[in-house]
Amino acid sequence: MSSEFAVEMRDVVKRFITPEGNEMAAVDHVTMQIKNGEFFSMLGSSGCGKTTSLRMVAGFEWPTEGEVYIEGVAMGHTPPFQRKVNTVFQSYALFQHLTVYQNLAFGLEMEGAKEDEIKKRVGHALEMVQLTGMDRRRPKQLSGGQQQRVALARALIKTPDVLLLDEPLGALDLKLRKEMQLELKALQQQLGITFIYVTHDQEEALTMSDRIAVMSKGKVQQMGTPVEVYERPANKFVADFIGESNFLEGKIKSLSKNEASVFVPSLNAEVVGMPISEGLVKGEEVVVSIRPEKIRITEKDAKNNNLFHAKVTNTVYIGADTHVYVDVNNAKVKVLEQNRISRLDPKSFYVVGQDVWLMLMPENTLVLKKD
Amino acid sequence: MNPFRRSPFVITAAVLVYFFLYAPIIGLVLYSFNASRANVTFEGFIPAFSDRVVMDGSLVKSSPCGPFHWYCDLAKNDDVGEAAGNTLTIAFTATIIATIIGTMSAIALQRYDFKLKPFSQLSLYIPIVIPEIVMGIGALTLFSQLFGWVNETFNLSGDARLSLGMATVTISHIAFMVPFVTLVVQARLQGFDKSYEEAAMDLGANEWTTFRRVTFPMILPGVMSGALLAFTLSLDDFVITFFTNGPGSTTLPIYVYGLLRRIITPQVNALSTVWILVVFTAVLLLQIIQNRESKQHS
Repeated sequence: MSSEFAVEMRDVVKRFITPEGNEMAAVDHVTMQIKNGEFFSMLGSSGCGKTTSLRMVAGFEWPTEGEVYIEGVAMGHTPPFQRKVNTVFQSYALFQHLTVYQNLAFGLEMEGAKEDEIKKRVGHALEMVQLTGMDRRRPKQLSGGQQQRVALARALIKTPDVLLLDEPLGALDLKLRKEMQLELKALQQQLGITFIYVTHDQEEALTMSDRIAVMSKGKVQQMGTPVEVYERPANKFVADFIGESNFLEGKIKSLSKNEASVFVPSLNAEVVGMPISEGLVKGEEVVVSIRPEKIRITEKDAKNNNLFHAKVTNTVYIGADTHVYVDVNNAKVKVLEQNRISRLDPKSFYVVGQDVWLMLMPENTLVLKKD
Repeated sequence: MNPFRRSPFVITAAVLVYFFLYAPIIGLVLYSFNASRANVTFEGFIPAFSDRVVMDGSLVKSSPCGPFHWYCDLAKNDDVGEAAGNTLTIAFTATIIATIIGTMSAIALQRYDFKLKPFSQLSLYIPIVIPEIVMGIGALTLFSQLFGWVNETFNLSGDARLSLGMATVTISHIAFMVPFVTLVVQARLQGFDKSYEEAAMDLGANEWTTFRRVTFPMILPGVMSGALLAFTLSLDDFVITFFTNGPGSTTLPIYVYGLLRRIITPQVNALSTVWILVVFTAVLLLQIIQNRESKQHS
C-alpha cells in the first residue's frame, strides 16, 4: 500500500440545492484521515453529513469543493466502478432477480474472472459469512440477517482496500445486531482491511471502532478513540450525543491550564472543573458537563470545593442501577448509583425529599464550549 | 363472515355487471353458428353436413363444415387473411418501437431533472385525454400535407409517390402508444431503489452494463405490461387507423366495419369469435408466464 492513509478527505464541501431552491451544505469543510487497517466510524444523527461523506468516498457523489484521496490518489470524478472500495448498503441492495451465487459472482464477472475461479471464490466467501449451501436461493428467501451477510460477502469478495458500510445493521433486531457487531469487528481484524462505518447508534460506534468522527450539521465535531470522545468530549454537542450528561450553564471566573472556575447561576455557586474545549477564555459563557455515573452522593464532611447540598426529587430503580434525580438549588441533576450490594430494605435507598450532598470531583467536571 | 356477502344489492349488482360484460360476447359467439345468412334473428344451428352448401332462401340447410359453416367461409376469404396479417404486422412493429421509446422516456423522466420536465410530463397525457378522432384527423392532415409537399417538391411519380398505407398507420399507432408505455413503466420505476444501480457500479459495472444486467431485468415486468397494453390497443384501434390507412393496409377492425356496411352475415361473428379467442389466449399465456416468474421470485 502506497499511502499511510487508506482514505483522506481534504477540506471537502458538498452542497445541494434544496427543493425550495436554497443552497445547503450537507458536508461543510470536512477533513479526515483514515489509516490503513483502521475501523473508523462516522457517527451522527440523520442529516449530519455522514452518509454523504461515505457516498463521496464510494464515488456516488462528487465533492463541490475539496478532494477525496484513496490510497493517496486524488479521486476527482472517478466513477464508482473504477475505485478500489466497496460498499455494504443500508438496504443491502441485493439483486432480487439473481440468486445468492449470482449476486456474489457479479463483481467477479465484472473483473473478468474465469468461471472456476469465480466458483472457488464464491464458495470461500459463503463460507466466511456462514451461508454455505444457500447459493441457489434468491435474496427474498433469506432472513434479514442472512441478507445482511450476503451483502457483506458480495462487497468483500472484491477484496477492496476499503470497505464502506452505511448503517448495515440498522434493519436487524437488537440481539442480532449485537452479535453482528462483534462478528464484523472480528472479521475486520482478521482481514486487516480498512472499514469506514456510518452509524447513528453511539453504542455501536463505541463497541466496534478504533476511532470515531462525531458529526453534526455537516461538520466534524470531534475525532478520536471511543475513550477520548466519551471522557473528553470536545464540546457540548459531543458530550450530549455520546452517552448522557448533566449540563450546567455558567461563566468562567478564573482560568488556568488545568483548572477553570465557573460561576453557575442555577447553583448560585462556583464549580471547579477541567477546561476541555480548545480556546476557552476568561469571562466566556460555557457549560459544565458531568456524567451521571461520575457524581458521588456523600456525607457533609469532605473538604471539597465542589460539594453541594441537594434534595432528592425522584428515584428510579432499574436493576443494575438506580437513577437518582435531585434538585441542587435551582438546577436539576441526574445521578446514577450502581447497585453494588444486594438488598431489599427500602430505607437503604434514597427516598424522595431526602437531603443529600453531591460531590463533583474536578477531574470529572468538564468545562466545554456551548457549541 | 362478510356482512355484504348475502346482500341482495351485491348479488344484483354482480349479476348485472357480468350480464352486460359477457352477454354481448356470448350472443356474438352464438350468432356465429346461425343458420340464417341475414343474421337478424337466431334461426338455430346448421343441422347437417353435406358435400356442398345447400341453401333454402337465406337459411343454410347443410354445409361441408356443418355448424361451423361460417368459419369455413371465413377461411376461404383471402381479404380476412390479409387484414389479419396487416393488423399483426402493424401491432408488432408499433409495439416494439413504442416500447423502446416509452421505456427510454420513462427512465429519463424518472432519473433526470431538466427545464422542460413538467411540460414533457404533461404532454404525455395529451394523446390519452384528447378524443381519438381529433388525433386521427390531425394525423391525416399532417400526412396529406407533408406527402403533398414532398411529392410536389421532389416531383415524385408512380410508385415513388408517398401515400397513406402501412407506414402511416404504424407511425400513428406508435404516437398514441408511447404515452401508455411511458406511464406504465414510470409507475414501475417509482418503486425502483437507486441503490441497486449504485451497488452494480460499486461492484465494477459501468453504466451500460448496469442497465443491461440490473436495471432492465428489474423493470422488465413493467416494460412487459406496458408493451402488452400497447399491443392490445393497436389490435383494437379503429378510429386512428380509419383516418391513416390506405390501399393495402386494411386492418381487421377496418375490414369488419367494411363488411357491416354491406351485409352482416354470420361470417363477421365467426371472425370476431376467432379474434376474441386469439386475444384471450395471448392474455392467458402472459398471465401464466407472469405467475411462474413471481413464484420463482418469492
